[in-house]
Amino acid sequence: MDERNVLEIKNLHVIYETDQDTVYAVNGVNLTVKKGKTLGLVGETGAGKTTTALSVMRLLPKKIGYIKEGEIGLDGRNVMELTEGDMRLIRGDTVSMIFQDPMTSLNPVMTVGKQIRESLELHKHGRSEKEIDARVDEMLEMVGIPASRRNDFPHQFSGGMKQRVVIALALACEPKLILADEPTTALDVTIQAQVLQMMNELKVKLNTAMILITHDLGVVAQTCDDVAIMYAGEIIESGTAEDIYEGKQHHPYTVGLFGSIPDMDSKAKRLNPIPGLMPDPTHLPAGCPFAPRCPRCMEICKETKPEIVHFGTHEIKCHLFSGDEKGSEPV
Amino acid sequence: MSTPLIETRHLKKYFSTPAGPLHAVDDVSITIERGKTLGVVGESGCGKSTMGRTILRLLEPTDGEVLYNGENILKFNRRQMLEMRKKMQIIFQDPYSSLNPRMSVADIIAEPMKVCKTLPDKKQIYARVDELMDTVGLAKRFVNSYPHELDGGRRQRIGIARALALNPEFIVCDEPVSALDVSIQAQILNLLMDLQDNMGLTYMFVTHDLSVVKHISSEIAVMYMGQCVEKAPVDELFRAPRHPYTQALLSAVPKPSLRDRSALQNVIKGEVSNPVNPKPGCRFAPRCAHVCEKCTCQDLQLKEYGPDHYVACALVEQGEI
Repeated sequence: MDERNVLEIKNLHVIYETDQDTVYAVNGVNLTVKKGKTLGLVGETGAGKTTTALSVMRLLPKKIGYIKEGEIGLDGRNVMELTEGDMRLIRGDTVSMIFQDPMTSLNPVMTVGKQIRESLELHKHGRSEKEIDARVDEMLEMVGIPASRRNDFPHQFSGGMKQRVVIALALACEPKLILADEPTTALDVTIQAQVLQMMNELKVKLNTAMILITHDLGVVAQTCDDVAIMYAGEIIESGTAEDIYEGKQHHPYTVGLFGSIPDMDSKAKRLNPIPGLMPDPTHLPAGCPFAPRCPRCMEICKETKPEIVHFGTHEIKCHLFSGDEKGSEPV
Repeated sequence: MSTPLIETRHLKKYFSTPAGPLHAVDDVSITIERGKTLGVVGESGCGKSTMGRTILRLLEPTDGEVLYNGENILKFNRRQMLEMRKKMQIIFQDPYSSLNPRMSVADIIAEPMKVCKTLPDKKQIYARVDELMDTVGLAKRFVNSYPHELDGGRRQRIGIARALALNPEFIVCDEPVSALDVSIQAQILNLLMDLQDNMGLTYMFVTHDLSVVKHISSEIAVMYMGQCVEKAPVDELFRAPRHPYTQALLSAVPKPSLRDRSALQNVIKGEVSNPVNPKPGCRFAPRCAHVCEKCTCQDLQLKEYGPDHYVACALVEQGEI
């Protein structure tokens, strides 16, 4: 594993087995997150974003979700080889997760102070009781909640405040990596802007790496250094934020995704949606998963899976570009 | 000028709570011209959905008037109201909870026609169901499916077909695309715009998403804590927002471009205060960057500052911003 990376995922395959079907949720994902950097993982509902994050935490639903293949290297350790006991030491300490819905991810019968305390007590690192108390207050203040509210229960906070508590919880042990699963989707725009701004500041202050899972390309543009776009369990395009937002060549799905966002600055009335729906994850197409909806689909797309084409840091998984692989972005 | 299709005059809806009356909609006067779309924008809890429902009389207003084609529908009795409801329909936010899970797609779409007895027999009703499914882009093979078998986009199409079943003139769209993915969201927005062009529908489009409302609306009303703070034609509002809240709302939308990265710097602080027994004066004052004494001493009314551009702000009134 590269010293500069905090997370390396190689060829990850995850399936969910139900009585009737096998759902192919993640199909050969490769991801790296550099230390202190933020990766935006973008995709629609059912693209496999959350499943990827849960695999890193080894929190896939028991007896249904299985990692079939692949390697996950987290801060120099192979997650796949760790025991459940080891994982418990890592979760919340080296890596922690922020869930989408702050209303349901906090314990309603426990004060917020106690909930933050809980993870600090599990990962003590030689702190005394007094130091832990001080740390709880410090965390609350850091996310903009007066420390005097540590004895309040979650229902006494508004949605934005609850999400701040969840963030404080995730940051309490100064993890090297945070998996933020749609952290602002449930919030209003003005509150979302506040939370994003705070996360941007804390990231720099604590030098934490982050995977930001979202379907909102606007949020990604405001916060991420690198971007990976997922479709039907595969990463179909990845690169730096500049590659994705300002690069000239894109996967047709990325083009479609950008085209369907209502643009605040454009005059056009009609939107350009991507026709059709995401393929059924129990019966994925043999070739490129996007082929059935792709406006530039060719014969080869229906039969063979495309290989990744590299343009420097920019990677696109599409037959359209096979052959013009170069060291840098083509002009 | 012709009579607007929908007009509200000083519409109020208070909910009584143990702590006192909750001012969900407080003195809102709006008009919607026939064939146009009014976008109603605001954050959660600002009363935008309550207003939509009050206009349809799904909730009884506390005070004020709702005029439909110049007639005050609040004076209508039950029978007249039933007749009225054929003309005004609603599309709900959540396609998961607004469809009966135990009814098939065809039955859901047929229900309004059965209730209002607009068509004489089953054969004609189900022929109309087929026609409606075609209009909203639902394949015939889903006729006997149940909602749980379909994805969010298709479910929302059922909701739209049901709303269209009685050939309404006016539809309240209550966040119809918030629960959908962007690529599906665009499909539904295009469908709604096509339907409006073909059938001359009038929409009141309630949403929290400014970029959505820009596409579909002809006029926009911005609401904050039960009051309309700014109202303007869509281009005017996006070009020159006057009310500090509208400005804050516009700048808070994360833009999908790397050029505006610094935009998040000037976000407004604080949160929406409690709508139970609100203090007099501007309700945005506690969060406003430009707040001064004038803001809190009197209640503010919408005043016209440009062609059809109305703002309720003491500072705009004084020419200070």
